[in-house]
Amino acid sequence: MSDTADRVKKIVVEHLGVEADKVTEEASFIDDLGADSLDIVELVMAFEEEFGVEIPDDAAEKISTVSDAIKYIDENKG
Amino acid sequence: MRRVVVTGLGLVTPLGADVETVWKNLLAGKSGAGLITKFDTSDQKCKIACEVKPADHEFGFDAGKRVDHKIQRQVDPFIVFGIDAAGQALEDAGLVDMDDDLKTRTGCSIGSGIGGLPGIESESIVLHEKGPGRVSPHFVHGRLINLISGQVSIKYGLMGPNHAVVTACSTGAHSIGDAARMIKDGDADVMLAGGAESTINPLGVAGFAQARALNCSYNDRPTEASRPYDKDRDGFVMGEGAGVVVLEEYEHAKARGAKIYAEVVGYGLSGDAYHVTAPHPEGKGAELAMRMAMRKAGMEPGDIDYVNAHGTSTMADTIELAAVKRVLGDDLSGASMSSTKSAIGHLLGGAGAVETIFCILAIRDQIVPPTLNLHNPDEGTEGVDLVPLKARPRKVRAALNNSFGFGGTNASVIVKALED
Repeated sequence: MSDTADRVKKIVVEHLGVEADKVTEEASFIDDLGADSLDIVELVMAFEEEFGVEIPDDAAEKISTVSDAIKYIDENKG
Repeated sequence: MRRVVVTGLGLVTPLGADVETVWKNLLAGKSGAGLITKFDTSDQKCKIACEVKPADHEFGFDAGKRVDHKIQRQVDPFIVFGIDAAGQALEDAGLVDMDDDLKTRTGCSIGSGIGGLPGIESESIVLHEKGPGRVSPHFVHGRLINLISGQVSIKYGLMGPNHAVVTACSTGAHSIGDAARMIKDGDADVMLAGGAESTINPLGVAGFAQARALNCSYNDRPTEASRPYDKDRDGFVMGEGAGVVVLEEYEHAKARGAKIYAEVVGYGLSGDAYHVTAPHPEGKGAELAMRMAMRKAGMEPGDIDYVNAHGTSTMADTIELAAVKRVLGDDLSGASMSSTKSAIGHLLGGAGAVETIFCILAIRDQIVPPTLNLHNPDEGTEGVDLVPLKARPRKVRAALNNSFGFGGTNASVIVKALED
């Protein structure tokens, strides 16, 4: 597992209060991890902070699974 | 006429996070005061408070017991305290699992005096240092005063009236009185009612200290700082926590065989129309509130056995006492009067609810809690039983709680042992 994946999963566990083993790469934030739209806004902010990337609103709207987030961060971080 | 009884209680206070622990510690004369641990107070005038203790403390609060991890992260502590106290009260009343019909007739009236000041403070710093794009999307609804009632209704599916009182330090008493009226009016059969507060943060402590309301001269002796009616009193000690009761229409409670603690028989409200922080010097507003509550209860002096005073450990204590004397008589017609703020501090918007619960427990157990640190009673207290230092068993048929708030808002609630 990549370093990005580890750090993303840690943030998801902390913010959503879910068990770590539920945070698979395929997991959907809303359907599988109990997040609502505001939780995703908060997660995106936490990813921006952690990785020093900027995730514009139109990109954030396309992030619905853990792997979407990892992929976006890996492609865009400096 | 529809009568309103109390069938469940919930408490989170500096003396414990469940009703029996708090009551046991209160009767034992314990103090919840200490040096503030939540933040560095080196530049503050006031360094003491009555904090709710952490989970690993002998009588600490475990937020995880009734509040989801995710919600804990999103909301201010006053909401966490309120959700927990409401859950305790519902469990105590045996109403956690309600049918859909009862859920539509069950409401919430849980308020707060100030609301999410710690979160407002910390997010203001985020805004200033990192810009608007870093402000939490949960900022607003995690700080709003009506979000205890909101969160509790969502958690338990309660679709009756959803209300939240904001009357500073009268909030808890007004919440119970207003909710009782909603039941009397037929708006609901069951109401969760109470108040919560948590403003032991740099801005809250500094603000009350600057208003000259907070005790700043006992930093070296925290447990002696809250001393209502004592000559050496010098301002209130801030507390935090929540108190929530389940109010229920009497026939409804009886039909389901509920345990009934007491009946809410009197409620009075008034305004001082005098000053934003100081009480009317003759306590006229306090007197009006008490007289209205007595009239509605159909009571005479002599019917009240215990008064849980507003008694914040400020100069206003003796003004309140003078007003109580005018209503009940110079010797209070045999009633005992104490201020439990001497032990748990001033819970602000939670105070009236927590203290009404103490009135209910005084009736249940026929014992009145003490006024701690009352060694040298001030002038004007002669001939009145202020229950100094030690709890005392005595007959308690009915009890009155006074709560007064900034802005000159007054509320009195009378509870009474149930009679058929």
